[in-house]
Amino acid sequence: MFETRIHGRGGQGVVTSAELLSVAAFREDRHAQAFPSFGSERTGAPVISFCRIDDRTIRTREPISLPDAVIIVDPTLLHHVDVFSGLRADGYVLINSTRSFAELQLGELCDGFRPERLCTIPATELAREHLGRPLPNAAMLGAFAQLTGVVTVESVAAAIRQRFSGEVAEANVRAAQAAAGLVPPSSGKAAQEEAINA
Amino acid sequence: MTATRLKYFQTGSFAAGNRLVNPESRSVQSGAERANAITCGHRACQGCGEALGARYALDAAMRATGGDLIAANATGCLEVFSTPYPESSWQLPWIHSLFGNAAAVSTGIAAALRAKGNTHTRVVGQGGDGGTVDIGFACLSGMFERDDDVLFICYDNEAYMNTGVQRSGATPPAAFTTTTQAVGEEPGAPWGQGKSAPLIALAHEIPYVATATIADLRDLEAKVQRAMSIRGARYIHVLVTCPLGWGTPSSDSLRVARLAVETGIFPVWEGAYGDVTAVTKIRHRLPVEDYLQAQTRFRHLFKPRRRDALIERVQARADRNIRRFGLIDPVEYDPVALHVEGGS
Amino acid sequence: MLEQIEGSQAVARTVAMCRPEVICAYPISPQTHIVEGLSRLVKAGELRPCEFVNVESEYAAMSVAIGASATGARSYTATASQGLLYMAEALYNASGLGLPIVMTVANRALGAPINIWNDHSDSMSQRDSGWIQLYVESNQEAVDVHLQAFRIAETLSLPVMVCMDGFILTHAVERVELPEPEQVDAFLPPYEPRQLLDPAEPMTIGAMVGPEAYTEVRYLAHYKQMQALDVIPEVAAAFEQRFGRSSGGLLRSYRSDDAETIVVALGSVLGTIEDVIDELRDQGVSIGALGIRTFRPWPSEEVRSALEHAKRVIVVEKALSIGIGGIVSQNVHGALEGTAVTIHTAIAGLGGRPITKSSLRRLFADGIAGELTGTTFVDLDHSLVDGESERMMQTRRSGPHAENMLRDVGIVGAGPV
Ligand SMILES: Cc1ncc(C[n+]2csc(CCOP(=O)(O)OP(=O)(O)O)c2C)c(N)n1
Ligand code: SF4
Ligand SMILES: [Mg+2]
Repeated sequence: MFETRIHGRGGQGVVTSAELLSVAAFREDRHAQAFPSFGSERTGAPVISFCRIDDRTIRTREPISLPDAVIIVDPTLLHHVDVFSGLRADGYVLINSTRSFAELQLGELCDGFRPERLCTIPATELAREHLGRPLPNAAMLGAFAQLTGVVTVESVAAAIRQRFSGEVAEANVRAAQAAAGLVPPSSGKAAQEEAINA
Repeated sequence: MTATRLKYFQTGSFAAGNRLVNPESRSVQSGAERANAITCGHRACQGCGEALGARYALDAAMRATGGDLIAANATGCLEVFSTPYPESSWQLPWIHSLFGNAAAVSTGIAAALRAKGNTHTRVVGQGGDGGTVDIGFACLSGMFERDDDVLFICYDNEAYMNTGVQRSGATPPAAFTTTTQAVGEEPGAPWGQGKSAPLIALAHEIPYVATATIADLRDLEAKVQRAMSIRGARYIHVLVTCPLGWGTPSSDSLRVARLAVETGIFPVWEGAYGDVTAVTKIRHRLPVEDYLQAQTRFRHLFKPRRRDALIERVQARADRNIRRFGLIDPVEYDPVALHVEGGS
Repeated sequence: MLEQIEGSQAVARTVAMCRPEVICAYPISPQTHIVEGLSRLVKAGELRPCEFVNVESEYAAMSVAIGASATGARSYTATASQGLLYMAEALYNASGLGLPIVMTVANRALGAPINIWNDHSDSMSQRDSGWIQLYVESNQEAVDVHLQAFRIAETLSLPVMVCMDGFILTHAVERVELPEPEQVDAFLPPYEPRQLLDPAEPMTIGAMVGPEAYTEVRYLAHYKQMQALDVIPEVAAAFEQRFGRSSGGLLRSYRSDDAETIVVALGSVLGTIEDVIDELRDQGVSIGALGIRTFRPWPSEEVRSALEHAKRVIVVEKALSIGIGGIVSQNVHGALEGTAVTIHTAIAGLGGRPITKSSLRRLFADGIAGELTGTTFVDLDHSLVDGESERMMQTRRSGPHAENMLRDVGIVGAGPV
């Protein structure tokens, strides 16, 4: 089982992201379960969503406390919320930022983790460029697919096209692909399989 | 060198800036001694009209009563965003009981005060449009009918926002909500007579009824102050914008509220004992289109194609308000014309 | 068709396929997505003929359903929590009148303190309302059981509540096999009312009944509901025959035939419990689970034969009957009367506290080690309770409990508030 936790703020599409990730996995014939952190949150408040991916039926319903990966859509959360809580030592971190981990003053964090699994991506900028609006989710998911290999970038694109239509879908797909292009080719596929078989 | 021309009026509103007014007429909010009934740290969305309206209304009520005030709140955004315990935004005794019973809880508080011989502490009940005009309506009407000594304030954002923007009895025709979606032959909320809670309140012949908006906060303060100078059942209906539910940028909250007034969509008036006693005139009359186009909840009236017939129906409603309340001088109240237009 | 879909949307589409003629609803989290989905289908003209009534309260929602059902329309509504309580008077009326309304309850805690998260306090509070209560474990089961619910309701002329965990199921996106409309039409015949407001054959519904017959009318209501113990398995069997998967029914056993310890539970927590049971089985622990799918009527005989061979039963329940403790476990006690089975009650997951595998492991280990006594409150923070008790002892005007205790907890930064 591969478990992902997504951190962002109300209104940033964090719940949709988890859903899209689950649809991408579903399209690869996998089992996936996406769910939000169920707050009564207003726009701007911290929110969390979760996505589990597995090769068999997922029965458990507990929130994800020991994730294999965390996605941080809003870097302003980094110093407010313990976004790395429970992250496995070989886990992945994807942060929406133009800055590096060192510049984000997350240098210490890097120590415990595998550096090739930590990645920042200027998703908001990519979204501005491709969508004309600062909605970073598609770009984040494209980069995430490339980073972890848990789903393919094509499946992410397909999930986006299933959810949105027309030019909105295409622009999001372009943002996802552009983001994927900025991440070094996945070192993750094997590791992800490990995690699933574990 | 270019000179900046001095402006004495805020654009559009003609409200005199505070510093031009003599100290006793200045707004409650401008005073350093304002009560801050709702302090910062609440979790409303940026640009939430309800947060703004409630702060002005309650600060004015606090000033009018010297802080000797108890509030009862219905379930809704205001209640949820103001009490992310252990943080609470309330600086006055405040109780939230249920969604539909705020007016009755207020009556209970007033009754207890009376029983204890306390004639100084005052009571304010408040809720959203759902908690007021829908589920709370029976309790509210009972409170009016008994003339209980309560001021009830409704913050009307025209839908159930707290649960994610569902239609309420106060949702205007054609508006998109999650339970009146922009699909089918008549997209958005259905066309009915609507429900004017302030006019129904007035029909109870209570001592004070008023409407207000967050576009004119000074007016809201003044009305709350007036209401607190009166005993018995009183009602103020405040139109508040909601960036989330209306689909407006958070920076546009005041502008959109002003458009509601200037187009005649939302008549601002005061009444007592069954009669309308004063109305706020429209200064620059604008077509409803300006109001509708500012909000994505009406987007389907313009896209993918313009629906002139529906826009005209909204305009007819605004025209009716203008005639009915005499919002523009020198329009005479003309019951015959009104009758003809009544179908809208 | 197999889809990756949100539970609420899956339920909305399934209910639509059941061709309800009147849907009335009042929004309340976490039910909202279901009725939003349905309102959209009706407004888009995809569900005809059907009236969607946006009412002004839950009291009106249930009352509209009563009027519609008595006029021969298949009627549906959905609610949760405070909304269910607000319709309580009408609930008893609907069942007393014998109207086959189907309602989804998106299970949520009750206030005060106000809490939007999941537990079973709401539907459990209405267990005696005369409604049949079915609990589902997954979104697949939610879909399947809604189909069955209409058939059960209309067969017996009794209202049915389908209880699905709020948020945990309603907001979860997972794979669901949605039925085809033709399959549904073949499974669910048109509604043939037993009583009808019809000018051609005027009939009086809702007369006062005095001491001369009230007992008999109530007895019959009980008798009719008990008949559901036969009808529910029949409908589940017919469902399995047509759709090829087993869903619904009275109970579901999981690795419990030979188990020394059997965990009894309702709803979505069964999935987590089953995972833990598999782990423990791998370690050689003799443990299984019994899922209660039909809670009202209470399948006493069936529960007894499913549990009587066990050494101990641990009832994990998401509701609390204040003043006595477990609700499901009282019923289990009744079913196991006269047997030597030890019954433990564990109250867990109140107000949305996650029921984690690690707390379940601990709970089951304690049960097996004979360390459970009385009623266990899983993951209870005793210091928080003690702090407040202390405060109450020290000052008369100690203030409201909920707010005091939240202040002790401090700000929960990361989590939802
Ligand atoms: C009996 C009952 N039904 C439904 C709800 C769910 N609920 C809570 S707040 C709310 C909507 C509030 O709408 P409104 O009164 O207009 O206030 P707003 O949030 O828009 O400010 C609803 C439907 C409830 N708490 N209790
Ligand atoms: S949803 Fe609307 S009413 Fe609620 S806090 Fe946000 S802006 Fe205010
Ligand atoms: Mg509202």
